[in-house]
Amino acid sequence: MAETTTSPSSTPAAGRIETILIILAIAAMIALPYFIYPIFLMKMMCFALFACAFNLLLGYTGLLSFGHAAFFGGAAYFTAHAVKVWGLGPEIGILIGVFGAAVLGLVIGFFAIRRQGIYFAMITLALSQMFFFFCVQAEFTGGEDGIQGVPRGQLFGFIDLSNEHTMYYFVAVIFLVGLFCIWRIVNSPFGMILRSIRENENRAISLGYSVQYYKLAAFVMSAALAGLAGAAKALVFQFATLTDVAWQMSGEVILMTLLGGIGTLVGPAFGAGFVVALQNMLATSAFPVTIATGLIFMICVLIFRRGVVGEIYAWLDRRKTNEK
Amino acid sequence: MIFGIPIQAFAGQLLVGLINGSFYALLSLGLAIIFGLLRVINFAHGAQYMLGAFTGYLLLAALGIGYWPALILAPLIVGLFGIVVERLALSRLYEVDALYGLLFTFGLALVIEGVFRYYFGVSGNPYPVPSQLTGATNLGFMVLPIYRGWVVIASLIICLATWLLIEKTKFGSYLRAATENPKLVQAFGVNVPMLLTLTYGLGAGLAGLAGMLAAPVYQVSPLMGSNLIIVVFAVVVVGGMGSILGAIITGYMLGLAEGLTKVFYPEASNIVIFVIMAIVLLFRPAGLFGKDA
Amino acid sequence: MPEPATLLSVRDLNAWYGESHALHGVTLDIREGETVTLLGRNGVGKTTTLRAIMGLVRKRTGEISFQGKDLMRMPLHLTARAGIGYVPEERGIFATLTVDENLILPPVVAQGGMSVEEIFELFPNLKSRRNSPGEQQMLAIARILRTGVKVILLDEPTEGLAPVIVQRIGELLVELKTRGMTILLVEQNFRFASKVADRFYLMEHGKVLSQFAVGELESRMNELHEVLGV
Repeated sequence: MAETTTSPSSTPAAGRIETILIILAIAAMIALPYFIYPIFLMKMMCFALFACAFNLLLGYTGLLSFGHAAFFGGAAYFTAHAVKVWGLGPEIGILIGVFGAAVLGLVIGFFAIRRQGIYFAMITLALSQMFFFFCVQAEFTGGEDGIQGVPRGQLFGFIDLSNEHTMYYFVAVIFLVGLFCIWRIVNSPFGMILRSIRENENRAISLGYSVQYYKLAAFVMSAALAGLAGAAKALVFQFATLTDVAWQMSGEVILMTLLGGIGTLVGPAFGAGFVVALQNMLATSAFPVTIATGLIFMICVLIFRRGVVGEIYAWLDRRKTNEK
Repeated sequence: MIFGIPIQAFAGQLLVGLINGSFYALLSLGLAIIFGLLRVINFAHGAQYMLGAFTGYLLLAALGIGYWPALILAPLIVGLFGIVVERLALSRLYEVDALYGLLFTFGLALVIEGVFRYYFGVSGNPYPVPSQLTGATNLGFMVLPIYRGWVVIASLIICLATWLLIEKTKFGSYLRAATENPKLVQAFGVNVPMLLTLTYGLGAGLAGLAGMLAAPVYQVSPLMGSNLIIVVFAVVVVGGMGSILGAIITGYMLGLAEGLTKVFYPEASNIVIFVIMAIVLLFRPAGLFGKDA
Repeated sequence: MPEPATLLSVRDLNAWYGESHALHGVTLDIREGETVTLLGRNGVGKTTTLRAIMGLVRKRTGEISFQGKDLMRMPLHLTARAGIGYVPEERGIFATLTVDENLILPPVVAQGGMSVEEIFELFPNLKSRRNSPGEQQMLAIARILRTGVKVILLDEPTEGLAPVIVQRIGELLVELKTRGMTILLVEQNFRFASKVADRFYLMEHGKVLSQFAVGELESRMNELHEVLGV
């Protein structure tokens, strides 16, 4: 999808503004749980990480996966099972979730990258639906009931995560670590190659890059980071259900990314925050969430393709060229 | 007994497979037609299928219009709806990446399904089998419900008619030429934008017709489309969207495969099509009848 | 004898492919019944000129007037209906259509077009329904003749064809001329063009350098050798 925007952090002034914004954001993250319900904030952060991980594939590699719920929800199941049934600590549980999601990403990605564009999307959808059916029937997922009553446990053996504030800071750290990973990947030589694949895959091939390996690697990374979000979510809400692996969830993360800004680093996080807040608002009203989701999808695709953050960057770019 | 299973059970499951295959064929046919010309994957195809079924249901419930007139009216209404959607929105997306078309129709599917869920809930509503097609005949090795036989025959006729329309008529030649080189066809004086609109309407109408056929078989529920569409996507990946005939054959084949799996290995029956898709991707990524790789 | 009317008038035509400015103000006139040839090397904008007249380029400015109608405002599918036929360089024969379907695909837009029988008389080779490049070129021209257009934009008809076929096409064009067809021809092979054309426009860098009648061809040889590099 060639219609992406890059962040205008090329000038020193912009770089300084960005640094200030980041410091402000971190300060806000530290202070917020005292003003807003921590579980709500944690939900936002999990989905923000999920969306940013998804965008690694869509915005930076140009691959639309319609089955990312498999990694998010799959990791939730793996972590929930590891912590509840095997009694492992939360940090090990999360690692298991991430690893499981990465393996799942390897398998699904292996098949999906054999086609491009639309076909790629359909294959990811079909394979993740297959995983969904597997989860419906498998024993370890608990079927229709899911895995309930997942204990948060003691982080490293002594930090009690059942305290909401403690859990909040743990999730915040996970979120920042995940975001940092994505930032590093995007700004590395590997990330540059991904972007060149997105711009013009044939040219990348003619330049000698083993494009399929890069795409698969990006897919696995995206799956693993989505798994990190799902694993954290399982501990936050203390359950894992079929909703997390359903195709509607795959659609939701696409919406968050589209709304926030495909191809911007922080756009998806904003999109996730917005969608989570919207769902929260609509939960108490009579207006069905799916209709709202669908309408936002249609409107964004028609007239708002750059997303919120994308539009802001474009506006900043225009101001810069006007100043010249 | 056949393969250690009573013939009745075997034939019964095969019939179910054939019926499912009929719908897979009809729906992947519509998807292939829309994709061929518009290069858009119509995620709303399942919702349009559901719309067809509900139109029939509402025509009966509110206006007392029965099955046979509904069989004509429902596809027309859904087709018209498709034309409106294409004119107002979809046509603006041809210039940008095809994935946006997929996302738009996905949003549309959510809205349609959401609206019907709001008014009708999630449970199914029954639609009566038309009186001329009730009952069953005994074929010896199995009892065949007449309506189900009708579904298979009707879908074969519709598939054949569509194939004839596309391969043997003037209109079809415009479609095929425009699929290859839309600009040149336009330069000859053919109103290609209108052709695109009509094609989307045709695809939507086909989905609606399938829904109408399905109403007496499955319950008419707002969810009937979304469960189906993902399987149809897999069918389409297996068949490749290069040929109309390929889409039809693949639909029936995979329906039968599903039916057979239900006989011998029921737990895998709802994922067997996905498994076949994975295998096809390994050995023939372009699909069984696909032309591009 | 009164001068034939100007059918097609192009003034200051500019055209872009994306960011690339391909035509820098092309001006030319085609009179009724004439065969006019655009000469020039590869990439100077000859094909782009034809495409811009038809309306096949994304962005164009200038004036194009055909029989008094303003073609700049016209949507693509109405340009043919105004009476202009187009035979592209790549011929554009549709692989998924049969020869007969290809032949009758362009709709009839005016009276006076040839019937299918007349076409098979003029192009006996088409009856064999083979698919060689020569037959494709014949088919590409033949199907336009059915539509009744009076003006044909013909892009490099002899490219890549055997001399026997090139000669056949030359005869065909002369035959069309006697039937009153107006032809705007793009050709690199100016010896071929000199046998069929009445006037020439020499193009370079997206502009018209000069124009001359076929009678002046000999006297312009030096200029042609320089510009065309032959």
